[in-house]
Amino acid sequence: MEFCLSNDQAMMQETIQRTLERVCPLERVRQAAASHETRAADVWAALTEIGVPGLIIPEEHGGVGLTLLDAALAAEALGRSVAPVPFAASAVMAPLALMGAGSPAQQAEWLPRLAAGEAVAGVAVAEHASGARDGAGVAAANGRLSGKALFALDAGAADVFVVADRAGGLHLVSADAPSLTRTALTSIDATRSIAELDFADTPAEPLAARDPAPVLRRMIDAGRLALAADILGAGQRMIEKAVDYAAERRQFGRVIGSFQAVKHLCAEMAAELEPCRALIWYAGYAFDEDAERASLMAAHAKAHLSEVGTFVARTATEVHGGMGFTDLLGLHYWFKRVGFDRQMLGGPERVRQDAAAFQGWA
Amino acid sequence: MDLAYGPKYEAFRDEVRAFLAAHKDQAPRGGEQTMAGGRAWQKLLIEHGYAARTIPRAYGGYGAEPDILESRIIAEEFVAAGAPMGMANQGISMLVPTLLELGTEEQRKQWIGPTIRGEVIWCQGYSEPGSGSDLASLKTRASEDGDDFLINGQKIWTSTAHLADMIFCLVRTEPDAPKHQGISYLLFSMKTPGIEVRPLVTMTGAAEFNEVFFTDVRVPKSQIVGERGQGWQVANATLKHERGMLGDPNQAGSRLKALIELARTETVGGERLIDNPVWRDRLLKLQARVYAMEFHGLRLLTGRLKGEAPGLPGLIVKLMGCELNHQLAAFAIDALGELGVLYGESPHLRNHGNWQRNYMFDLGLIIGGGTAQIQKNIISERGLGMPREPKPAS
Ligand SMILES: Cc1cc2nc3c(=O)[nH]c(=O)nc-3n(C[C@H](O)[C@H](O)[C@H](O)COP(=O)(O)OP(=O)(O)OC[C@H]3O[C@@H](n4cnc5c(N)ncnc54)[C@H](O)[C@@H]3O)c2cc1C
Repeated sequence: MEFCLSNDQAMMQETIQRTLERVCPLERVRQAAASHETRAADVWAALTEIGVPGLIIPEEHGGVGLTLLDAALAAEALGRSVAPVPFAASAVMAPLALMGAGSPAQQAEWLPRLAAGEAVAGVAVAEHASGARDGAGVAAANGRLSGKALFALDAGAADVFVVADRAGGLHLVSADAPSLTRTALTSIDATRSIAELDFADTPAEPLAARDPAPVLRRMIDAGRLALAADILGAGQRMIEKAVDYAAERRQFGRVIGSFQAVKHLCAEMAAELEPCRALIWYAGYAFDEDAERASLMAAHAKAHLSEVGTFVARTATEVHGGMGFTDLLGLHYWFKRVGFDRQMLGGPERVRQDAAAFQGWA
Repeated sequence: MDLAYGPKYEAFRDEVRAFLAAHKDQAPRGGEQTMAGGRAWQKLLIEHGYAARTIPRAYGGYGAEPDILESRIIAEEFVAAGAPMGMANQGISMLVPTLLELGTEEQRKQWIGPTIRGEVIWCQGYSEPGSGSDLASLKTRASEDGDDFLINGQKIWTSTAHLADMIFCLVRTEPDAPKHQGISYLLFSMKTPGIEVRPLVTMTGAAEFNEVFFTDVRVPKSQIVGERGQGWQVANATLKHERGMLGDPNQAGSRLKALIELARTETVGGERLIDNPVWRDRLLKLQARVYAMEFHGLRLLTGRLKGEAPGLPGLIVKLMGCELNHQLAAFAIDALGELGVLYGESPHLRNHGNWQRNYMFDLGLIIGGGTAQIQKNIISERGLGMPREPKPAS
């Protein structure tokens, strides 16, 4: 009985965190945000060097061959540094789609390039994960797609897209396919890229699995967990920033951290966030080891981290007073990152509806 | 990550199951628990090592090596079988560990056996009218009189004092010392002349705790635990055990199960609650919290197995665990609508009125044993390293 990270896992996470502290300080995030880089080349290169894009890709395809729990630990580190790089779609969901439903040729074509950081994969499954908005929906016929997909993740730098059609069939679409229009959607979170994809009889390769439904399910579960872990890292960093700021800022002749009202806000943030870590760990573990509850745990992790993350994000901002509200301190990058993670692949209410269905309640 | 217990522990689990299958019918049933029935069950549990498991045999326990996983398996199996666990009163949960840690050999021999068998019931005499959260300011005075202390003063919120045979009590022996250094920890009989117990009715309607008045209560000096003036340290050993006892995630898990059952069976206008998206959503929010606390418990358990200090993750358990239990009871009440306010002997009453009773009692647990606000002080100061509360000169 051992419910904790292995030494390797703890070391891997620390390596990513250290790397990001070095290559991705707040100034780099600002720069990337200003120039709309959502795959900041130097950050991406440093992460590629330590295997992050290929973390869950099997070794035979040039990846590291680790588990989803490891990917969640990486996501936590990325959220902590609000790193402007693809991850949830390109390093988690798309590899799972290819590994679960791709033909050997499709796997051989894309997995090694994704693992090596040479290619980025976007994923368009919002209609299944959170429901169709604004008439979104993709129809597939005879190897061609029509219609539109909204909120494709990691879309800006994508060379290829994994797209789910209305029926849940999965397709690979080259980013430079003729008659594919990619329109970037500007969001609050300048560190991530989402896009609208419009297909007009666009050629697509079907991902060949006979029954794509379980693959799509796994992709969404894993994506949700990656976003939840991103919130954990971002929230943890916001608490640290709030505690540090409270130890320095003086009012009424004392540091504000000596005011109980401020201390209790910090205690509440920590008390809410700390159990989330165990929930993320379990959901990561369940993905590979507790098949019966894997989807449920991913949903709970996503919904609960979204709720707690939102609470932490606004509370940590309040602890910083007016400074928290300004651009000067940059705290808003974390605030927005949490806000983005919360809505993608299903906001809490939507994800809890799924959690009900997974238990036969709805 | 490895959540398997392994063959040795699975064999142990089989033993516990076999015991429960063979003996469960001897367990006292909820509601009709008598003192005698409870003691007989307790005796059986100690004989088999399912209560007082790690208390040395010399003191009347079962004498097993401490093993966190075995304790956990016992708890899991008893909960799964719906069988009552061994007794968990303040004597057993708080005094016995304190005596094991800091008592004299004679005190251990005299008190541990009868306490774990349920023959001696204890109450905890800490809080006073003027000293609750600021416990160290307590004033109940023990002055010297030959080989005895003479005790004068008052305690309050003393749970089960009206049933207790004995009290473990904090008194001020050194009135001139700084407030944390003038306290002593005494054990004495509640039948000692000069003690008056007045029950305080609580919001649940039961007289669960009391005021206790001391007038020239004579206690031999030998009945002290630890050194004179060291009572604060002794008491802190006890408080540590108390906070471990509160906020237990097992309880939240079985309460959630009951809530799911309630949502599946109760109907409003013919619609099951679980089919209504509003109730379902609220239930799911609670379910996520219960899981988070359950896994958080596993994380802490692993830390204990490795001998790590619990740190911040340990400090949040009382606050979050008690709050969650309270919220679980609140859900049941709201989901029951008007039925939720029925109490006492009312027709249509659900679950014997226990949801309301739990809801109120849990608020008591949020306050008792260190209030939620005091927990937040502790989390921010010891867990996050924020500045300490200014300590007024004592
Ligand atoms: C069900 C129950 C059973 C109990 N059983 C026992 C028992 O068996 N034996 C025993 O000795 N005691 C017992 N108690 C007493 C319990 O330990 C005290 O109630 C508790 O420590 C709080 O003290 P108080 O009631 O005096 O409240 P106070 O200390 O007066 O607190 C009132 C309010 O002020 C807040 N407050 C106080 N100090 C601070 C601070 N520094 N910072 C922020 N807020 C603060 C508190 O959080 C609370 O909200 C029991 C209490 C309950 C509710």
